[in-house]
Amino acid sequence: MDYCNCIDPHLPADDLLMKYQYISDFFIALAYFSIPLELIYFVKKSAVFPYRWVLVQFGAFIVLCGATHFISLWTFSMHSRNVEVVMTTAKVLTAVVSCATALMLVHIIPDLLSVKTRELFLKNKAAELDREMGLIRTQEETGRHVRMLTHEIRSTLDRHTILNTTLVELGRTLALEECSLWMPMRNGLELQLSYSLHYQNSVGTTVPIHLPVINQVFSSNRAIKVSPNSPVARVRPLAGRYIPGEVVAVRVPLLHLSNFQNNDWQDLSTKYALMILMLPSDSVRQWRAHELELVEVVADQVAVALSHATILEESMRARNLLMEQNVALDAARREAETAIRARNDFLAVMNHEMRTPMHAIIALSSLMQETELTAEQRLMVETVLRSSNLLATLINDVLDLSKLEDGSLELDLETFNLHAVFREVVNLIKPVASVKKLAVSLSLTPDLPTYAVGDEKRLMQVILNVAGNAVKFSKEGNISIIASLAKFDSLREASTPDFMPVPGANHFYLRVQVKDSGLGFNPQDKPNLFNKFAQNHSLEGRGSGGRGLGLAICKRFVSLMEGRIWIESEGLGKGCAAFFILKLGIADRANEAAHFFSPQLSANNGVANFTGLKVLIMDENGVSRMVTKGLLVHLGCDVSTVGSGQECMRIISQEHKVVFIDVSVPGTDGYEVAARIRERFSSSHKRPLLVALTGNTDRATKEHCLRVGIDGVILKPVSLEKMRSVLLELLENGPLRALKP
Amino acid sequence: MDVVQLQRRYTEYLTSLFTDGFLDEQFKQLQELQDENSPDFVFEVVNLFFEDSERLLNELAKALVQPSIDFKKVDAHVHQLKGSSSSIGAGRVKNVCVAFRNICEEQNIEGCLRCMQQIKHEYSLVKNKLENLIRLEQQIIQAGGEIPVVE
Repeated sequence: MDYCNCIDPHLPADDLLMKYQYISDFFIALAYFSIPLELIYFVKKSAVFPYRWVLVQFGAFIVLCGATHFISLWTFSMHSRNVEVVMTTAKVLTAVVSCATALMLVHIIPDLLSVKTRELFLKNKAAELDREMGLIRTQEETGRHVRMLTHEIRSTLDRHTILNTTLVELGRTLALEECSLWMPMRNGLELQLSYSLHYQNSVGTTVPIHLPVINQVFSSNRAIKVSPNSPVARVRPLAGRYIPGEVVAVRVPLLHLSNFQNNDWQDLSTKYALMILMLPSDSVRQWRAHELELVEVVADQVAVALSHATILEESMRARNLLMEQNVALDAARREAETAIRARNDFLAVMNHEMRTPMHAIIALSSLMQETELTAEQRLMVETVLRSSNLLATLINDVLDLSKLEDGSLELDLETFNLHAVFREVVNLIKPVASVKKLAVSLSLTPDLPTYAVGDEKRLMQVILNVAGNAVKFSKEGNISIIASLAKFDSLREASTPDFMPVPGANHFYLRVQVKDSGLGFNPQDKPNLFNKFAQNHSLEGRGSGGRGLGLAICKRFVSLMEGRIWIESEGLGKGCAAFFILKLGIADRANEAAHFFSPQLSANNGVANFTGLKVLIMDENGVSRMVTKGLLVHLGCDVSTVGSGQECMRIISQEHKVVFIDVSVPGTDGYEVAARIRERFSSSHKRPLLVALTGNTDRATKEHCLRVGIDGVILKPVSLEKMRSVLLELLENGPLRALKP
Repeated sequence: MDVVQLQRRYTEYLTSLFTDGFLDEQFKQLQELQDENSPDFVFEVVNLFFEDSERLLNELAKALVQPSIDFKKVDAHVHQLKGSSSSIGAGRVKNVCVAFRNICEEQNIEGCLRCMQQIKHEYSLVKNKLENLIRLEQQIIQAGGEIPVVE
């Protein structure tokens, strides 16, 4: 054998086992070479692999391993020493690298493992967050639903819409199978199914209100789960096999206005409705907490919306009622107005129609009285006259009374002589009284003002009526009339709830008492005295004819004058006393001393005698001078005329009783003339009376006249009547500033 | 023409004067003042009115053609005319006078001239009417009748 450095393998080269080893080594080498290639490829692909150095190491290790196995392919047969050397080198390197790698792996593998753990942890966390996000989203959506629901509910004030919307929206939001509302009935004993989402047929069924489940729901303000089998939840007919979904019930307070007036509106008087919500059947859904909360919130909102709707309904109802009442009142008022107008028209016509014949009768009867008559005829005529006078009075009274009753009568307030009124009344009743041999006495207390402001004619009517009654119903004895100023005590005594006299600065209360010793009346008849047409049964009817309208009218007049009238009697045959108190205004000229005061007021404007009265007219205007002169001549005066102030001062003398001065011409001063006349005659008592003739009676003119001392003012053009009445007043009452428009 | 017819014509005429506003209540007053003591009272007053008014109207015309019109004087004349016409009961004349006075206050020259025309017109109308009336009255008296009283 050659001496070579060849190494000899132990086994023969062509042994089967050797062959298999050879093939395996080949494939191992292949695999070992391809693995790093794959590694490189994939690492290149992924950018974020933190352990490059490890891979390199690992790659080197594998390559070397592969190299080892590759080289060992040559060692199966005789091989040279070089091959062996290479083999050994390879093996040595491989050993080194693999040990280094092994050492490195000790550090790295725990790291890798922990990465894995962290990854798992993060995945779990992510899953959890996902879940929670889902939950939050659900809740937010629910919240949105609630807001929308509330908005829908509160946007209408119609109760029906509110409830319907609630049910519909709730059903939609919570995907309910059924949502229904039970309202309490009027009798308070039952709940009636009023609204239902899907089962309209069942609407109207009732359940008693005192079921334990209902009490349980009503006593708490939370949504409470109830059994699907309870009567309130069983709205649809039980059909077949199904697992009913969970049911929740919540109370809905029905609030009224009265509930808001105390702070705690959960008191016992609150009525509740019941809302039932059912989840779909045959599903595994359950009521979640947030869904229950949603239901409670909605129930509260519904309660508020319902209360608003109720309040609105009530106020609308009240308003409609008021409108109806208004319409009815209006119609009634118009009817009343029509009736009053018709009555007034009737009265107006009747007034004229009735009075005309009456006047004819009275006038002709009086004329006939003046002619030659036999005693019998005279008696007849007198009766006719008396009766027709009575009838005329009655007609007047009726017309007056109707005017009084509908309030259209107004008092004619003016200043008048109070004392004179009483004296006149006495004068009027004296004749009849003396025929009956009755003594009439009048007593006016000193503190009673002479002048007063009031309705003279009607006051006289009242006094005359009362005094006349006194005379009428007395057969003997005396009649006393006492008029005085009502003092505070007597005012208080006379007060009744209807009559509250109040003393004041501008008015005083007149108290009149008329006592007679005549027939009197039964105290039982007292209430009837002042009633219209009430007959007094106790009186004998001879010619008296009861009270008729007189006292009724008196009472009305007295009330108009803010007073009170009453009659007292101690009984039949004991006479009676009539009292009345009424308000009169205080007259400004109560203090004026009347020069020409005459105790007799001429009650009518009969033929006033001015014959020979010397008067002077001062007027620039020829025509009006002539007309005024004509007037005064017609009245019987002795008239002189002048056309200017100087002429006037020249001619005027004490003989002239009245001077008429035209003050309306601008530029000339009639006032100056007046002043000068007053000056001239200021010392003597009997100065001429001054009367201004003017075209306007405005305030300025009147004041001017008063200032210069003019006694009277007449508005041009002057009529006969005006002239006559002014002269009359002037001459009778003295310089009392008669202002006649 | 006989008395009754004359009287009827008189009554109708007078009534128409009242209705048309030429005469007013004051004229009735004047008629009332006529009695046996002053049988021609109305006649006299009416004549005086004619004289007075014509004088006043002349004065007015003169005053209004002045280069610078003295409104105070015009006003005074109109016032006089107003007084006369109202004393006699010439209603329309009086109304124009009232209007005239207002225009004088405003010192409106054109207005014054217009009013002047109106017054002249109204005056001539009422003068004519009154003259007719008086003539009727005289005819009645000559025929032996009495002048009827118109309410």
